[in-house]
Amino acid sequence: MIRVRNLHKRFHKLNVLNGINIDIERGEVLVVIGPSGSGKSTFLRCLNLLETPSEGEIHFDGTLITSKQNDINVQRQQMGMVFQQFNLFPHLSVLHNITLAPRKLKKLSDAEANGIAFDLLRKVGLEDKAQSYPGQLSGGQKQRIAIARALAMSPKVMLFDEPTSALDPEMVGEVLEVMKNLAKGGMTMVVVTHEMGFAREVGTRVVFMDGGKIVEAGKPHELFANPQHPRTKEFLSKVL
Amino acid sequence: MDFSFLDKYWIYFVKGTEWTIFLSVFTVLFGFIIGVVLALLRMSNIKVIKFIAVAYIEFMRGTPLLVQIYLIYYCLPFAGVTLPDYVAAILTLSLNSGAYIAEIFRAGIQNLDKGQMEAARSLGMPHRMAMRYIVLPQAFRNILPALGNELVVVIKESSIVSVIGITELMYQADTVRGIFARPFEPLIIAAIVYFIMTFTLSKLLGRWEGRLKRA
Repeated sequence: MIRVRNLHKRFHKLNVLNGINIDIERGEVLVVIGPSGSGKSTFLRCLNLLETPSEGEIHFDGTLITSKQNDINVQRQQMGMVFQQFNLFPHLSVLHNITLAPRKLKKLSDAEANGIAFDLLRKVGLEDKAQSYPGQLSGGQKQRIAIARALAMSPKVMLFDEPTSALDPEMVGEVLEVMKNLAKGGMTMVVVTHEMGFAREVGTRVVFMDGGKIVEAGKPHELFANPQHPRTKEFLSKVL
Repeated sequence: MDFSFLDKYWIYFVKGTEWTIFLSVFTVLFGFIIGVVLALLRMSNIKVIKFIAVAYIEFMRGTPLLVQIYLIYYCLPFAGVTLPDYVAAILTLSLNSGAYIAEIFRAGIQNLDKGQMEAARSLGMPHRMAMRYIVLPQAFRNILPALGNELVVVIKESSIVSVIGITELMYQADTVRGIFARPFEPLIIAAIVYFIMTFTLSKLLGRWEGRLKRA
């Protein structure tokens, strides 16, 4: 579904990504782990071109999205993204946060969009918050709304950029729960996270990144139990 | 102190105040539109457009309003454009105020967390749509105090168009001063009226702002 070839990203003179190659299949839950500054967030943000790659190719569903002729807005509608800092729209109610994009981009009527929104709010367990504003929600609630907002466009893949890193510890569980249910439902997901438990339990494949490269990839139980590369061993020994 | 002239001439001040309010309202209205457009041009990726916007803003902010009003009032006719006095006045004030409002807007947009734009774009919204529904409404709310302040400035600065014979408050005060042959009292009246307008306005804006914040 997503094919990445020789992806490089440079910020001024700093090389953040040094040639990433990976294929992400439909239905896969790819978990990206690695130390801070390893380039994992940059990699994720390149997938929907929030960062413009300096070099290399990204294909999504057979389309070369890194091509200059491509209108990325078309693919972004099919790639939901969830941010570390939630980035809910504070001036809009929860309901409008979710319905804005479907109404404006898919030209859904208010009734249709509201229907989708309430289904999703039920899914994330927050249907009573439809009329609230983001400022009135806890971190965990905000992140669940952010997931609902991304899902409202019925994306083919969901990108998660450290979705639980800005949360108080007691709120991490509720967000991971929503993500688990999403994975169970067959959603293709790419998740950058420090939650090793989630990686092991929900991930279908784990990628370890360091120095802007993929050092090692494999099935979670194999990679966690028996890491091959010394750098992976060192990292896992610190976080597990 | 002798305010006996008010018995006869109070209407001068009322007329003047009406003109001042008229000028200020239209200046802020047009200045706001000019300001938003300029701010967007100023942030354009196209270098020429950006340069023109920056040059305009710098010129307007770097030259006296008095010079600008003379340029438009006395020099435009040489280019074949003759405007009614009050149009020239509103035009100058709006063009000037627009430059300041543009900078207020730019600050409001650029101070907004860039995650807001990213979240909107990640949903597939084109840049323009994200600006319209996500960035500008929030920027507008953030800059309300500065905009209110600009409105107060406009009310005061509008006094300068008395030099081209617009019969606003300052002009009227000057007229009464001439008739009455005492400078102090008419000017005191004008100052008090200006103060009442600006003070009431800032109080009203403060209240409106508080309501928006709670929403």
